[in-house]
Amino acid sequence: MAKNNANPSKLLIAAGGVVYMFLYIPLAVVVLFSFNDSKLNAEWVGFTWKWYDKLFQNGDILHAAANSLIIALISALLATILGTLAGLAIYRFRQKWLSALVLGPIAMPDILIGVSLLLMFILFNVTLGMTSIILAHVSFCIGFVALAVQSRLSGMDQSLVEAARDLGATPFQAFRLVTLPLLKPGIIAGGMMAFTLSIDDFVITFFTAGVGSSTLPLEIYSMVKIAVTPEVNAVSTLLMLVTLVLITALSRISPTVLRN
Amino acid sequence: MPNRAERLSRILLSLPPGLYLLLLFAVPSLMMLFASFRFSGEYGGLAPWYYIEDGQFTLDLTLENWQRLFESDIYLGLLLKSLAYALATTLICVIMAYPLALMIARSKKRHRDLLLLLVILPFWSNFLVRIYAWMIIFSPQGALTAALNAVTSSLGLEPITLMFSGTAVITCLVYVHLPFMILPLYANLEKHDHRLLDAAQDLGANRFQCFWLITWPLSLPGIYAGAVLVFIPSLGIFAIPDLLGGTNGIMIGNVIKQQFVESRDWPFGSVLSLVLTAITLVLVLLAAKLGSPAGENNGKK
Repeated sequence: MAKNNANPSKLLIAAGGVVYMFLYIPLAVVVLFSFNDSKLNAEWVGFTWKWYDKLFQNGDILHAAANSLIIALISALLATILGTLAGLAIYRFRQKWLSALVLGPIAMPDILIGVSLLLMFILFNVTLGMTSIILAHVSFCIGFVALAVQSRLSGMDQSLVEAARDLGATPFQAFRLVTLPLLKPGIIAGGMMAFTLSIDDFVITFFTAGVGSSTLPLEIYSMVKIAVTPEVNAVSTLLMLVTLVLITALSRISPTVLRN
Repeated sequence: MPNRAERLSRILLSLPPGLYLLLLFAVPSLMMLFASFRFSGEYGGLAPWYYIEDGQFTLDLTLENWQRLFESDIYLGLLLKSLAYALATTLICVIMAYPLALMIARSKKRHRDLLLLLVILPFWSNFLVRIYAWMIIFSPQGALTAALNAVTSSLGLEPITLMFSGTAVITCLVYVHLPFMILPLYANLEKHDHRLLDAAQDLGANRFQCFWLITWPLSLPGIYAGAVLVFIPSLGIFAIPDLLGGTNGIMIGNVIKQQFVESRDWPFGSVLSLVLTAITLVLVLLAAKLGSPAGENNGKK
């Protein structure tokens, strides 16, 4: 098999290092200025916690964070159930139409999903709010769960199911006692992926949100549209921290999922 | 032998997700297609698509919205500009992703996972946070603008502003999409057989020839895969030009958003969305063709 025993040259390491800096410096700037005792994100004045204090007194942001959490939990739950079913169906019956429906929302630019759902919700008289956001989030999360489940299924030893059947298990028993436990890591990973995608989503939420259903990304958007304040840095830093914790948990459960 | 249980499980498994996505993906897309032929309502939204007069049913549809697309250069120009921005983003992503992906692929096996994780990590921070970071960096009071203007003034040039420009938009587009290029490129480079390079070296090829005649052509499928993942989302973006582009940097996504949210001209918004959909579909099919086994074999010859 292919062996890579070449070491990267010094030039390559230097170039790679520059790209890593490009990836991290902007985020480092955000974190750094969240502790800066100045209203301008321009130069370092001194250390402070005050932007975090202000953040926890900001009712709008706390309300939006709660909304984000509720939406992400419900969307992830529904998407996990539907996505697992879809993954099983596509794997076992090779249904092209379902595969197209599941992957469609992943391939399309977010804005198209957002505006077409907005159009439908209004025409069908669905009030824009938490429900419409959840309906929208589930539709683009199903595909990611289905993919995680499918990749787990294709790595599974099918002879285990056959053995269970030979030993007298009904198809349903074989599924419940053999397939499902083996699928569990894939399902959990898919569900966590759906949760992260939902809590992070801005574009689709932007078009499907109504009055009082603002989420954290929407709140950040309206804040930065008005002015750049260190409070945004503080909320951004906290968000990064939360994501970091989630990713660590995800990598413990299923190390392969992150790479897909 | 499709027995009854088999058929039942088939229905139980595929019906719930199938029905859901039919209702919340296929139906809205078709409604948008239909909306592009309707008149817009008096107060935004859509006018009824038929009327009944003296018991006679008449359709009330139009091609007006589609004609409007070609009536002036504004929208086609904007579309071209968006395509140019997405193309520039993709090319810059290739240039920046290549050394990093190659470096990771040639690192020791036990280091690779960590190096890859470091690529993915910033990508998991919120999309708006990543845009906001560039709003700080490009801000007129920021250190970068100050440093650049120190240089320009010493050269006797006009001071420059970074914020609200096409440059700012493309930089941020690259920043947001770079991991989508690095990962497929790495997945490709990692599989290369290093003995090919050894053989080429033994036969007298220099380092540049080794790269240009072996590594580069072999990596093309990875680049195509990454290009789709970068180009398509870049094309439809509206938040980045909205926050960093000002009036000069707007893209087609901004106009779509404007039609649906501000001017509430849904039929024309639908036309623009469908044009974007068509471009996306063509690109996805093209990529599927380039990324197919046949395409990969061509790369390996």
